[in-house]
Amino acid sequence: MEIFLQQIINGLVQGSVYALVALGYTMVYGILGLINFAHGEVVMAGAMLALSALTAMIGWGAPPLLALPVSLLFAMAGCMLLGFGIERIAYRPLRHAPRLAPLITAIGVSIVLQNLAMMIWGREYHAFPQLISNHPHQIYGAIINDIQIIIVIMALLIMAALMGVVHRTRLGRSMRAVAENQHAAQLMGVDVNRVISITFMLGSALAAVAGLMVSANYGIAHYYMGFLLGLKAFTAAVLGGIGNLRGAMLGGLLLGLIESLGAGYIGDMTGGFMGSQYQDVFAFFVLIAVLVFRPSGLLGERLAERA
Amino acid sequence: MILRSAQLFCFAALVSLLAACDKTPSDQAAASADQVVRIGSVAPLTGPQAHLGKDNENGTRMAIEDANAKGIVIGGRRVHFELISEDDQADPKTATIVAQKLVDNKVSGVIGHLNSGTTIPASKIYSDNGIVQISPSATAVSYTRQGFKTAFRVMANDAQQGRALGEYAVKNLGAKKIAIIDDRTAYGQGLADEFIKAARAAGAEIVAHEYTSDKSVDFTSVLTAVKGRAPDLLFYGGMDAQGGPMARQIKALALNVKLMMGDGGYTPEFVKLAGAAAEGTYASLPGVPLDKMPGGQEFSARFVAKYQPIQLYAPYCYDAVNVMIAAMQKADSVEPAKYMPALANISHQGVTANIQFDDKGDLKGGAVTLYQVKQGKWQPLETVGAGQ
Amino acid sequence: MKKLKFSKQHVLFSVLFVSVMLLPFATDALLGRGWVRIVDFAMLYIMLALGLNIVVGYAGLLDLGYIAFFAVGAYCYALTGSPHLALAFPLLFPDGLHLSFWIVLPLAALLAGGFGALLGAPTLRLRGDYLAIVTLGFGEIIRIFMNNLNAPINLTNGPQGISRIDPVSVAGVALNTTQQVFGIELPSVHLYFYLFLSFTALVVFVSRRLEKSRIGRAWMAIREDEIAASAMGINTRNLKLLAFAMGAAFGGVSGTLFAGFQGFVSPESFSLMESVMVLCMVVLGGMGNIYGVILGGLLLALLPEVLRHSVVPLQQALFGRIVIDPESLRMLLFGTALIAVMLYRPAGLWPSGVRRRELESDEVAP
Repeated sequence: MEIFLQQIINGLVQGSVYALVALGYTMVYGILGLINFAHGEVVMAGAMLALSALTAMIGWGAPPLLALPVSLLFAMAGCMLLGFGIERIAYRPLRHAPRLAPLITAIGVSIVLQNLAMMIWGREYHAFPQLISNHPHQIYGAIINDIQIIIVIMALLIMAALMGVVHRTRLGRSMRAVAENQHAAQLMGVDVNRVISITFMLGSALAAVAGLMVSANYGIAHYYMGFLLGLKAFTAAVLGGIGNLRGAMLGGLLLGLIESLGAGYIGDMTGGFMGSQYQDVFAFFVLIAVLVFRPSGLLGERLAERA
Repeated sequence: MILRSAQLFCFAALVSLLAACDKTPSDQAAASADQVVRIGSVAPLTGPQAHLGKDNENGTRMAIEDANAKGIVIGGRRVHFELISEDDQADPKTATIVAQKLVDNKVSGVIGHLNSGTTIPASKIYSDNGIVQISPSATAVSYTRQGFKTAFRVMANDAQQGRALGEYAVKNLGAKKIAIIDDRTAYGQGLADEFIKAARAAGAEIVAHEYTSDKSVDFTSVLTAVKGRAPDLLFYGGMDAQGGPMARQIKALALNVKLMMGDGGYTPEFVKLAGAAAEGTYASLPGVPLDKMPGGQEFSARFVAKYQPIQLYAPYCYDAVNVMIAAMQKADSVEPAKYMPALANISHQGVTANIQFDDKGDLKGGAVTLYQVKQGKWQPLETVGAGQ
Repeated sequence: MKKLKFSKQHVLFSVLFVSVMLLPFATDALLGRGWVRIVDFAMLYIMLALGLNIVVGYAGLLDLGYIAFFAVGAYCYALTGSPHLALAFPLLFPDGLHLSFWIVLPLAALLAGGFGALLGAPTLRLRGDYLAIVTLGFGEIIRIFMNNLNAPINLTNGPQGISRIDPVSVAGVALNTTQQVFGIELPSVHLYFYLFLSFTALVVFVSRRLEKSRIGRAWMAIREDEIAASAMGINTRNLKLLAFAMGAAFGGVSGTLFAGFQGFVSPESFSLMESVMVLCMVVLGGMGNIYGVILGGLLLALLPEVLRHSVVPLQQALFGRIVIDPESLRMLLFGTALIAVMLYRPAGLWPSGVRRRELESDEVAP
């Protein structure tokens, strides 16, 4: 029983990370109908920037409780700038181009960012300083530590805040208007370009938070870390219904749970024939099964257009 | 249409111009009367394993610079060695492309590749062209079982190392219930399988075999599954970048096991990434501890001063170059066909081992040293399997 | 007038033919043998890109797991053309199976086609990005199975890969050896070049026939508007399945050739990045246009190698020393090139006529 509970906790923590990253994908998709393939690299950039700022500030003798929020803000600012630049250079000129063109530029951006990061931060893995205590708490024999609790709470808070922005503010109303119909929104006096830029910057700021969380939790940062994380988060966003904020959250948490339960129990389910090496297969089978019955994801309503 | 073909033509011209740049390999450093001997180095210099690849390149480079400083004379002429470093991106297809490029550049020998998955397909090309290949780090047994006379390695293979590890775990550490995690790469899976064989033969029980990937950072779910089987030792077949976070998560989950890894774990990187959780971890490395070898301490001091702390295989690359040059001197020729027999019968005192090859090109003896992290540093425990 | 045009085409075609036939010799003499091997791989990629073009370019179905079919083809020949099966079934095949390449080839194409239809079946209702993620998952599933099917029965040898695969033989001549024809020396890479060239020509021929056929036109109708197409009486389900199967079969053929050429296959060769690269070739070259796709395949297969060979000498020529780490600069330039080409020509370098007209007519449609 405690093993099962532990797997649920593992899944929730991992899922919250996916959800945080998936929110970025889904925001951009919701408004532009475009997969921002470079989003994973923005997460990586966030982690790396935060790491650099942290190392520098601790080097100057700043107390950790000051250094952490400052470096988070620094990383968020850096990523917002990056997100703004990416949209400006790689996506905006292609807004009316064939649907696959921005996909290719996104892949190009991802390659460029990865190699730039390799030039700046080197090829080695960086240890992320442990600043938040990882004091363990026992819940019926299962263990969860402080930083994991912070991750889950942060993910929930950020989603709530984002929902608030989208549904309660003037900016959110413009975002929804642009998502619904760009031309109509323009006619109604919405500055479409500005709204899209802000969306990218918001998504990138979230990516910075996610990057810091991931690095702090696993104690590691590397220029290649964005790729797999981005892929998983994208899967999560599709599972929940891409373009839908609640869907991204749900998809992220579900994917985390599916993975951890899959890794833990595939062996027992298949009588030892398959083991945890098939955890991704299991996750993709669930995804395919969901999409067969709900072709636009769990909570997705908006029918995706053709490629 | 005409415009388009003109554009195409311009592009094609540009491409061929760029390609033509390559026809003049950089031989700026060669002094006039010297004989230039090219030695290739291949490792992934981009992608997730780039830090290890760069380490390999640096080890090779240092050996070549040392040799040039010594002013070696072969066949009556001073020899200037030139390094040609290539990036195989850890991709088997790219590996064959760069192998062919090195063959075209008329290298006398190749130090590489880093991974088994790239070493094996490339070895065929070197063998077809009669070029000596010494891998500093490929551990898959099948590399030297293809019947190629040109294939050598200065690293213990998976069977040698897995056996040493498995026996040590059971006999010296008293492990009875062992759990395995491997990263499903050629290296991790190969080593884990040999470890299992040896541990079973020594009388231990394998209670769990879980899997992860070489790109993961979250191992909590497989570790939780392992926890359910209550093993007393966990063997991870994989690299430091995963081992470090894994060690942390073992502690975080209050999983009470000894962690053991192969050579992929014996790095300063592992200690750095695992932090306090590194304490007590076991790992192995083929050969005798560097500072116990003649010239070993001096090598590592010079290497650190010149590049960065040794990641992993740099000393093996250094030895590989030196053993190759020693064979050239013995045969008094830089022709691969002439110095190959000398290499096969060589006995060379390197910084990692006294290098001798068996009839397949594998390292003879295959001593393996076990290490443990104590006070944040890898400390040697015991050298096993020497002289067998 | 008509006659003149005809003969002009003829001359152009003959010049093209002769220069392609002489290409390996010219490359070998001017640039070195390594480049012939690079060109060989480029041909394999062109075949892959043409296969994917059927799915993405003609039928408009975004496929991010295409490399799986390449893998299926490669493993087909790796299993049946190497000593490996002796490990799995020592009693049945004491020395492995060692089937002839020419027997395996159609079987591999069929099997890959079958897998293609298998992928197509559950995804018929999906569109756009949902389809992309499912195909991506499918590609990963295939790779994961190949990476793990070394236990309980050692079928694929897992991550260790399968080595010692028999070379392709044509009329009893093994292509991994150097041959003398009329006193001209033909090394192995040249022989494979001509083999790949013939297969590429075949794939181009089939693609062209398909494009102009009833099936091809139906695919394009589905691409343009699926609902309208089905209202016109087109059986969209069968035709989409056929597109997946046809594309996959081409991938399978290419994979079989790859296994014979390389002599070694391992799951590392079939990663997601490879699928993405093939998709880039199709889109960057110009979806739906055979010549554009060929151009895209050629460019993206050659560009990294051209950069590999030129980054160091260029830096030395410009600055007199190496300023930026050549490996990261190479990939950086590659990424920049992807972005620049798409910004400069959003519909691809050489788009199909239909696509071009579309772009001109509805400039503002999302």
